[in-house]
Order: sequence, then C-alpha cells, then structure tokens
Amino acid sequence: MKHLSALYHALDATTKTGRKVDVLVKAFTSMPSDDVLWSIALLLGKRPRRICTTTELRQWATMAAQISPWLFDECYAAVGDLAETIAMLVHGGHTERQESLAATMASLEELRSTSDDVRAAAITSRWQTQTADDCLVFNKLLTGGFRVGVSRGLVVRALAVVFQADEATITHRLMGNWTPNTITLDQLMAADSVVADAAKPYPFCLASPLDAAPEHLGLVDEYRAEWKWDGIRAQLVHRGGRLYVWSRGEELITDRFPELDVLRGILPDPLVLDGELLAMDNTTVLPFAHLQKRISRRTISAAMVRAVPVRFMAYDVLEHGYDCRHLAYHERRRLLETIVEPLGASMPITISPTIQASEWSHLEDARQRARALGTEGLMLKRRDAPYQPGRTKGVWWKWKVEPYTVDAVMIYAQAGHGNRASQFTDYTFAIWKDGALVPFAKAYSGLTKAEIARVDAFVKANTKERFGPVRTVVPSMVFELAFEGLQRSARHKSGVAVRFPRIVRIRDDKTADQADSHQTILAMLDAHEQRT
Amino acid sequence: MLVPTSHGLYCPQGDFFIDPRRSVARAVITHGHSDHAYRGMDAYLCTQETVPILRHRLGAHGHYHGVRYGETVVMNGVRVSFHPAGHVIGSAQVRLEYAGEVWVVSGDYKRQADPFAVSFEPVRCSTFITETTFGLPIYRWPSPSVVAAEINNWWRENAAAGRTSIIQAYSLGKAQRIMGMVDASIGPMMATSAVHAMNTVLADAGHALPPWKNLAAVDRNEPLTGSLVITTGIDAALLRRCKDAATASASGWMAIRGFRRRGNHDRGFVVSDHTDWPDLMRTIRETGAERILATHGSTSAVVRTLQEQGLQAAELEDVGMERTE
Repeated sequence: MKHLSALYHALDATTKTGRKVDVLVKAFTSMPSDDVLWSIALLLGKRPRRICTTTELRQWATMAAQISPWLFDECYAAVGDLAETIAMLVHGGHTERQESLAATMASLEELRSTSDDVRAAAITSRWQTQTADDCLVFNKLLTGGFRVGVSRGLVVRALAVVFQADEATITHRLMGNWTPNTITLDQLMAADSVVADAAKPYPFCLASPLDAAPEHLGLVDEYRAEWKWDGIRAQLVHRGGRLYVWSRGEELITDRFPELDVLRGILPDPLVLDGELLAMDNTTVLPFAHLQKRISRRTISAAMVRAVPVRFMAYDVLEHGYDCRHLAYHERRRLLETIVEPLGASMPITISPTIQASEWSHLEDARQRARALGTEGLMLKRRDAPYQPGRTKGVWWKWKVEPYTVDAVMIYAQAGHGNRASQFTDYTFAIWKDGALVPFAKAYSGLTKAEIARVDAFVKANTKERFGPVRTVVPSMVFELAFEGLQRSARHKSGVAVRFPRIVRIRDDKTADQADSHQTILAMLDAHEQRT
Repeated sequence: MLVPTSHGLYCPQGDFFIDPRRSVARAVITHGHSDHAYRGMDAYLCTQETVPILRHRLGAHGHYHGVRYGETVVMNGVRVSFHPAGHVIGSAQVRLEYAGEVWVVSGDYKRQADPFAVSFEPVRCSTFITETTFGLPIYRWPSPSVVAAEINNWWRENAAAGRTSIIQAYSLGKAQRIMGMVDASIGPMMATSAVHAMNTVLADAGHALPPWKNLAAVDRNEPLTGSLVITTGIDAALLRRCKDAATASASGWMAIRGFRRRGNHDRGFVVSDHTDWPDLMRTIRETGAERILATHGSTSAVVRTLQEQGLQAAELEDVGMERTE
C-alpha cells in the first residue's frame, strides 16, 4: 500500500506530464512486481468489482466519526470527493501496518463474501490505522475512482522506459481482458504475450480533428475519404474459432451483439477487423439512441435483436493470418474488400464505402450531406500510412459537420467534484418555451479556469434557492452551447434531447430574453428530419 | 452584553466596540490582522504586544493603549481583560464581566503550539463567542512537527536540485511561525517587503525571531538557490528574480486536495492559525459556557452540532437580527 500511496500523491503533486512519467518510472522500478502489476491495472482503470457501496461507506464513516448524517453531507459538500471526505474524517494519524498492495487487494477480496458487520468492522479498522494520505488512496481502491491525471499514454511511456520496448509494443501488451489475478507482470510484459491471449485486440488508431480547410492537408489524391459513422467503435477479433467484439474502451461486448455470431467460422481465421457497430434498418443508419439500449442492458433478447438489427461497418483490417498493420492504408483496404465483399448482404457486416473525390470541393459537398445520412462528417485517411496506435497526427483526420449551436440561459448550478470541488462548474441551461424558461441541456466543459471562476462568483452572488447541492440562479447569464445529435424526446421538458452539449462561450452581449426559444430548436429539428 | 451592529460587535453597557469595521470612539482590538484592526478609531485598547503592530499598520499617531494579558480595565462598569488566544503575536480573547455575568469573545484562536504567540488559555464564561472558520469535522490539523518535517524536506530537496523555495504566508503570524518551525540550517531565509517590515517591527519589540535577510537589499545578481523566500504574494517579478523556483502556500485550506490543486502552487502545507474541529469542541467544553455564539465560516454546522449536544447555540449574526439582547 505505501508504494501506491506514495505514487498517488507524487502524481497528484505535479501537473507536468514529463514529471509524471519520471514518477511512474521510479515507482515501477522500485515496487515489488505484484505491486507494479496492480498499479498498472488501477492506473488503466481496471478495478475489481466493488466490495461495498458508497452508501455503506458513508454510513460506516459517519458512525466511525461519531457525527450526524447531515454533518457528513456538509463535509462532503465542502470536500467534493467521497474518498477524501472519509479519509479526512476518520484517518488515524499514522499507518500501523505495512503490507503490499497485492496483499491489501487480496484481503479486500476475502471480505467480499462476508457479512455487513464484518466488512464494516474491517474497513473501519483500516481507516483508523492509516494516515490521511494512505486512507485516501485506500478509499480510492474501495470506490474505484482511481483517477489521478495519468492517461494510458503516460503509463505506456513509463513502461516503455522500464521494459525497454517501443510504445506501440507496450500499448499492445496492455490491451485486452487481463486482470492482476489472471496474469503476472512477467507474463504481461513478455514478448509473446500477444500470441498467448487469443482474444487480445490491437490498440486503436485514433483520428485528429480537422479544424482548418482540408487544402492544408495537401493533395486530395493522398487521402481516401469515408463517412464518420456515429456508432460504437469496435474491433472484431476472430481467432481459434471464437469471435470477440471489443469496444474502444477495451470492454468485451461480444454478448451484447449476438447477431454477429453468425460470422464465426465464416470469416477467415485469424482475422481482426476495425470498424463501427451501427443500428441499421436495411441501409438506413438509425440514431445512436437505439444502440445505447444495447449497451445499457445486461441481456439482449431476441426481440431486441429483431427490432434494432446491428451491423458491423468494417473499415480496416489489422490481422489476416499475420499482423498486417504495417501495410499502407490502400493495401489494407484492398485486402478488406477481398474479405468482406464475397460475404454478401445477408451477413451482418458491410464495408464502409469510400467517397470518390478528385477535388477537395467534392468532399466539402459530401460533408454537407453527412448529417442527412446519419453520420457525423467525414474521415480522411492517408493512403500510404500504416495503421498506427493512438492519435498519431496526420494519419487519420475527422472532419465533422458543424455542430448545432443555441444560446441558452443558465438556471441551475451545482458544485463539481474532485479538482472542481467547492466551485460551481456544472450548469443547467434553459431555452424559452411559451414565455417560460425550460431546462434544455446540462454542460460541464468548454470554459477556461478564469471563466469558471467568473461563473462561480456569479452563482454565489445570484443564488435564488438551494436544493441540496443545487442552486437556482437569477436567469441572466447567456451561454452559446454546441451539441451534436438532436432528437425529439417526450422525457425532456424542452421536448428534445441533444448529444455532447458543451459550452462554446459566454454571451455577454446577450440578455436572457434574447436567448433562443423552443421554436428555434424545432426549426432545426424540422430541417434535420426533412433531409433524412 | 454584546450585539452585532453594522460597525461591529457593540457593548452597550460599556459603550465600546470589539474589532469595529467603521469609525467609533472606543475600539477593543483582539489582534493586529487587517480584518480585525481597522483605521479611524478615536482610541484603541489592545494587548501591549499588539500596540507596535497597530502603530506600524494604522499609523504612529493613533491613541493606542496596551495592557498586559490578565490585566483588568473598567469601562463604564464593565470589567474588560485580555487573555492569550494563540493566534498570532499579541492576539487575545476579550473577557467582559458586568453585573456578575461573564462573556468571552474568542477572536481568532488556535490551540496548537506556536513559536511566538503565547498559548491559548481557556477562560470560564457564561456566553462564549467563538470563531468557526474551520468548523467542520474534516478539519483536524496534523501536528506542527509533522508539517515542519514536510516543509524541511521540500526545502531541502529544492535546495539540492538548485531551486529556490518560495512560501506564501501572511506577514503577521504565519510568516514568523514558519520561520520558527523550519530548520534554519538548510539555507538562508529571505523576506519580501511586507514580511521584512513586520519582522522588523516584531524584532524591535523584543521577539527573538530567527535570522532573515531583506530580499530587496540582496544584490540583484546574487543567486537565491537554496533560499527559503517568505512572501505575502507570488508575482512574476519574484519568480523571475528566483529563476528556478518551487512555490508553496501554507494554510488550513490546504487540507483539501481540490484547493491545493487549484491554488497554482507546487505544494500546499497545512499550517493554520485557526482552531480545528477537535480543538473547537474541546475549547467550548473548557469554557463551561452555557450559551455559544458562532461567527465566521461554518457557523451553521457548529450551531446545529452544539444544539444536538443540548447546548444553547446560535449564529452571532442572527442574534443581531433578532435584537433580543
């Protein structure tokens, strides 16, 4: 535990990425190997299932601190982080027992099957025999929110130094469904770890946003264009007679898409395809909301499969008997065509079409049609580039359609969590409907630190009422919001649901009565539906 | 015996104010911080130790009357005395006695050891007006020796890496406390203008501060590597002067990670001159007061907690609103 605690606080103490990598390298070379493995798993967001709920943690901490539940809530509101609140309330001042992280995880695992009383006593006793710093990290293990500003990329950079391998290799070794209980550090970092795990996917190639005119990219002939599908990015891994579907978040989601199982045995073996899962009605792409139902359910009924059929829109091939990522895009594309096209339309797999263009203006025209086709814009892929892990600039570009924008009034504000504790950072915005302001969207991102401080001061000075952590504010600040998908919704007061709302800027030039109305949104929706 | 007014806390029987914010005839001052000692009073009553601080901050020609801790002054029949609050040098609780009733105004206070401020002494009273700046049970200060070790390690590591350590602190109280708690053998201590001026006032008054240098008087070309710079504010000019600097702030708020991370300093040390929660509860018990009035910070949480314990408690500001006194 003490290694992880020291690592956590050292990472927390700096915002410089170079320094973070140094801290990770130092930790990975000084910890016992089991602790290294566990630390990697936790930093990558692989956590064991919780052994207790946050409600239980609150109750136990309230009892241990001998305070009233309302006072616990006051403390939580001041701190903004449950793990930290508990640590501050009940830590014991010094850490009595030192054990390895692996041992801590194992003893927590043993608690899983014990009674409530035993778990409460064991957790409380650990709280009271640790320093506040150690207690915080221990609680992060319990709540699972082990975020400390370290991206997967930084972990990879540090491991590349420690194990003297290139970053792409390390990234690949870290992929897949391993847990510290199923593998050792040596096995994970072994040169043949990829071969040993038949399910292992490849690191995804990610696109950079294209903000400028495409002419900056050079000649149109150097690129191939495809639609940017609005589905679930996925890899289809077919090896050893088994089929695995991986999401970009490295979640194995095979069982959510039972209709893909017919491809097992029909596709070449071994084969790995990159593409997008899409809800489709014949050739029409359905809105993302349909797919969401698939992800949110544990079991997928036959009726659901019939109602919303899902297809795999294939756009790249990464393995076809051999790792073919080094091939140029146009070569992989040709290979992909030879694999997918013979399968025919009855199979739940389609090849993502290429958009023909001899001039950039052709693609600009295509982009105008993108939303009507249910896509988010265009993808521009370099013809001669190999498949590269991560966001390598210049390999893939995403050229999205312009987002919808709306001017809305802030009506509610709520304090943020973690780094944003005690500051009002989460806002609800409203638009006009029948002479009243109705909630329209929530947005958290898009403001600078200075702007957040300004809005925070505004909220504190203009609070009308308080409902627990939420404040209603005088409706006078107008914000320009951008968002993607727009859909009618009976569940939303404004009558529409939006995707990815975010703040573009504060509209100081507008007063609340100049904000947009329900009619404006309906007009957007009509225009959208007419095109589709 | 005391009522909150727009000018400050007023004692009608004695006709004086405690820490008034606007001009009044007679002001009783708990300590020299600018949110307690304001300009423009006809006469000031405070501890002897606070007099030079007020003279420095509010002007040399005011009417300052200093008394010893424990000494009684009678004002229109109200017996007024000052008792150590442990907050900063000269800080005091004010005890008022009239017609057999005793009130104590805590001012700002702490129970932790301070190298220069005289330690807090609990005073028995019937009504205790307490500050509650950190009035939540999450606030439990680490022991000063633990924090001193943290600051020393940080300073030592910076020195070894060729960096200057800059620590932000109030000129009165926090600056001297830090100077007194760190290991002066690590390197020289430098004070920026406001800290240097306050240090000079206190040293002249006989307080045995550790040696420091006035940063403004150090040759501009002399490197500051390995020094500990104590300053009221960190600006671009100071960072340029220090070249490669590590920055820190020292405050009770640094106990919360979110504040630490938003503070734009490399480090945050938990050093507070206010009472934490356990000491707040202990102090209230030790005064034996049957009525507690809370002011500053988390007043409502403290009041509700005390009420749950069966004590009579209210927020000081509310008492003024009701005008029941």
